[in-house]
Amino acid sequence: MTLARRIIPCLDVKDGRVVKGINFVQLRDAGDPVACAAAYDAQGADEICYLDISAAPEGRATLVDVVARTADQVFAPLTVGGGVRSVGDAERLLEAGADKIAINTAAIRSPQLVTACAARFGSQAIVVAVDAKRRVPTSAIDGWEVYSHGGRTPEGLDGLAWCRRLADLGAGELLVTSMDRDGTGAGYDLELVRAVAGAVPIPVIASGGVGELAHLAAGLEAGADAVLAASIFHFGRHTIDEAKAFLAAAGIEVRRS
Amino acid sequence: MIAIVDVCSGNLRSVERALQRAGGRTVVTRDPDTVRRADKIVVPGQGAFGVFMRGLTERHLGDALREAIASGRPYLGICLGLQVLFDESEEQGPCAGLGIVRGRVARLAPGDRRLKVPHIGWNRVAPPHVADRTDRPAEPLLAGVAGGAHVYFVHSYHAVPADPSLVALEAVHGVRITAAIRHDNLFACQFHPEKSQAVGLQILRNFVEAVP
Repeated sequence: MTLARRIIPCLDVKDGRVVKGINFVQLRDAGDPVACAAAYDAQGADEICYLDISAAPEGRATLVDVVARTADQVFAPLTVGGGVRSVGDAERLLEAGADKIAINTAAIRSPQLVTACAARFGSQAIVVAVDAKRRVPTSAIDGWEVYSHGGRTPEGLDGLAWCRRLADLGAGELLVTSMDRDGTGAGYDLELVRAVAGAVPIPVIASGGVGELAHLAAGLEAGADAVLAASIFHFGRHTIDEAKAFLAAAGIEVRRS
Repeated sequence: MIAIVDVCSGNLRSVERALQRAGGRTVVTRDPDTVRRADKIVVPGQGAFGVFMRGLTERHLGDALREAIASGRPYLGICLGLQVLFDESEEQGPCAGLGIVRGRVARLAPGDRRLKVPHIGWNRVAPPHVADRTDRPAEPLLAGVAGGAHVYFVHSYHAVPADPSLVALEAVHGVRITAAIRHDNLFACQFHPEKSQAVGLQILRNFVEAVP
């Protein structure tokens, strides 16, 4: 009896709409995040993640409504990130029905936000998203650098040191995205996954780069507690259940529904 | 009517929707008298122990819960709704709980660096294997739930009852974890039935349909 490794489909949401709608089932509205989340719930997703990429505050207000409508019909865990800048932002999403909130740029600007949210809601509800990019090989120090603003702004923070600090600040989980691999389909940055998973006592979700099912297995074997993926599921290449069958055959503990 | 007790906890809405899906008539309330009058009581909890206990106290809900529980009405606790039944928690403290069930709430210590805390995700639950307790009646809220079913956990602390025979379900995360307890009219689970898809809805349906 061990904890099953989680498979988490991630939906990018902008102004209340899914940016790239899923197309593996006949949905009346493939741009509706709630319909997409319900479809993944039916497939047996272990958790569902919304990342809000709205630029304007109105878009984020819409997100609270999306989360509430999701909670009305999806009985699987929901993590929501993007634009969480205050304890109040976190509270609105959690009250609407999110189980965990993900903080990214705001944690870099004010690390005490992580501590304040953990004190108020418990560490288990606080995910911090870390966007990491390998330093250029010629630089004096190797490793990874932390980026903010959706991977656009280098922050001059060392990836591993930042992850350790986040655990100390009270983060309950880290969502680690490789900016080098994101969108490439070349697989997770396994060295990054291995390094972070070995560096922190809290769960690590690997993200960025999945192109085939073997990449999910590799991420979990590298030490990730959960794997996040988007396009491999959205475009119908594989179902969640196919992914779980593949992982089970590889000897990895997964939940089959 | 099932009273869902509103103690500044994040998952009220999910619990309400799931109970309604399971066929329950519910009211979300922070009014002590409504709690006293309810047929059944659900205390969802999510968050930090100290904040939750403070919320209970400020809303004068502690005594209402004690009275309702003492009257024998069915009580379902979820996560912190389980933990606050105990004498005290290590979280944000030690911090006193309601003291309805003897025991304490301790931080998870899996004893293996690869096993992370918080314990987040789907784990298997089963009744504890106790050779000399074969005469124990089957737990009615687990009717239709297969032994070894996966349910969703998200927590860093777990309850350790002084009387181990209260443990109705356990999970393993390096160490044995109390996943659910049964004590007279109390059933409380550390996992989240409202987030445990079909298995969770079955447990909630059993609670809704149970005759006091």
